[in-house]
Amino acid sequence: MNMQTRQSELPAVNGARSTSGRVDLLVVAQMVQPGSRVLDVGCGDGELLKILTETKNVDGRGIEISREGVNFCVAKGLAVIQGDADTDLADYPDDAFDYVILSQTLQATSHPRVVLEHMLRIGQRAIVSFPNFGHWKIRLMLLFFGRMPQTANLPETWYDTQNIHFCTIRDFRDLCEELGIKIETAVALNAWGHKLRLNFPWWVWNLFGEQAVFRLSRRR
Amino acid sequence: MMAEANLKSTPQQETPREADEPRDSRLVRFGADKPLKLDSGVDLSPFQIAYNTYGTLNADRSNAVLICHALTMDHHVANVHPVTGKPGGWESMVGPGKPIDTDRYFVIASNVIGSCMGSSGPASTNPATGKPWGLDFPVVTIRDMVRAQAMLIDHLGIDTLFAVVGGSMGGMQVLQWAASYPERVYAAVPLATATRHSAQNIAFHEVGRQAVMADPEWSGGRYLIEGTNPRRGLAVARMGAHITYMSDAALHRKFGRKLQDRNNPTFSFDADFEVESYLRYQGSSFVERFDANSYLYLTRAMDYFDLAAEHGGVLANAFRKTQTRFCVVSFTSDWLFPTPESREIVHALNATSARVSFAEIATDKGHDAFLLDEPELFAIVRGFLGGAERSRGLSAAG
Repeated sequence: MNMQTRQSELPAVNGARSTSGRVDLLVVAQMVQPGSRVLDVGCGDGELLKILTETKNVDGRGIEISREGVNFCVAKGLAVIQGDADTDLADYPDDAFDYVILSQTLQATSHPRVVLEHMLRIGQRAIVSFPNFGHWKIRLMLLFFGRMPQTANLPETWYDTQNIHFCTIRDFRDLCEELGIKIETAVALNAWGHKLRLNFPWWVWNLFGEQAVFRLSRRR
Repeated sequence: MMAEANLKSTPQQETPREADEPRDSRLVRFGADKPLKLDSGVDLSPFQIAYNTYGTLNADRSNAVLICHALTMDHHVANVHPVTGKPGGWESMVGPGKPIDTDRYFVIASNVIGSCMGSSGPASTNPATGKPWGLDFPVVTIRDMVRAQAMLIDHLGIDTLFAVVGGSMGGMQVLQWAASYPERVYAAVPLATATRHSAQNIAFHEVGRQAVMADPEWSGGRYLIEGTNPRRGLAVARMGAHITYMSDAALHRKFGRKLQDRNNPTFSFDADFEVESYLRYQGSSFVERFDANSYLYLTRAMDYFDLAAEHGGVLANAFRKTQTRFCVVSFTSDWLFPTPESREIVHALNATSARVSFAEIATDKGHDAFLLDEPELFAIVRGFLGGAERSRGLSAAG
């Protein structure tokens, strides 16, 4: 759809977010209550903000690192600033938003743990989506070829990628545990963008989920 | 007798007349009942504001856009300039179908207090003496300019401005508007600006002022009365300032080391280089349209600007609980108001959870880029105002 065209118009946008499999955006959007205040960190070309504004009537803001992405978003009338998840979240006051969203960006930050802590300081809830490095294809590539995995979803070579902090679904759960973060809901998407059945155990998700989307809140 | 002779030989052409009776302008005079309360403690009264409007105010008076002009610009943003005969100062941005679309918005551009194009300033006639104010005119600040604009907006019967837009010194006014009258500004577009004038910028201004005051024809600021004209001093000030409005890359692109109408250097202090000739032209054309004392007053107003200082040193307090939506824009090659200064505005706005957009535009055109043909800037301003218009539910003009 036209998202694809936009992406191709803007090759420099959105290095961290993959350009395919944007099903995760719709999954993220489903997790947001209508009419809420949302900060999308690493908002790329603003597609998620646009979806949220149009379908959920949210008060949406964005942060994006690439100048082209920002200027594209602002020209669409979105409230987006040029900034960096690693440095600019510190400016926001506590509880400024209902949701802080980090979609396909966590693995590209320098300090994912700090970013996550800021997200749940600024927002009542955080929604995080990331590529699962525990997916069976990735495991097999490393096991059989002994090379850093490259997939349709993660096509860059190890020396070109901006993704410096990959994790698996299991790793991410551990970090949430360590930070005292409550996992409200979680969704794993397989290679075709379908949701894995909810009653599957975590290890199945970790093996067959290509992407994961978590909604988190502070543990009371 | 000399002074008398000079007065005749140096016709005091446009400036004083334009200062009192501006051509192609609307004029509002505020009498003794409505003094302008200045930051210096002085009540300026009576005083006048020159302005222009473009487009039509809609029935619920909600589509007004105020343009705040930069240091040496004025309210002739989208009409032929009566003094220079050149197109308006911001015709690329303001007009029918332009990003600030006069088919949709009622655009108001007013000349700032302290200027020389029709609003009260040092070149205006002091009603108490019947002579030009000169240095007897009180020193004004950015906040004073904005107070005067608010009186103009009241006079026009407009409660809330849909947007306030401006670059450089105009951007300072935009920020001041948002801080002083948050409930009257729906959207704010500060371009290539800062919340305070940096030490380097104050230093540049001081060089300019000293150039003016070092000209013997400045006559202690009484040149309009004594019939002299500090052309050289003002031209030098303008030449220096003009360099700061451009970038090294742009100067190199336009002029490089090219010689002016000659193949070899003349081994003299002639304008051998194209860039010298260009600057001399900029200086000499500037003095034809601008008043030297106004230049002192307006540069001073910028120097004094420090929005955080007005709010206990915490910039975020200037925008506390603001509902205004902001669109901050900077330019990569602007070394007068570099991007980090815009980023400070953004950080302060983030700290108050304000709705802010911030874009940095890649260009080699330097500070002046906000006035030039920058398609990305046009797209951003158009898109931002369009988004604001949708959320405001603005009804059509007319």
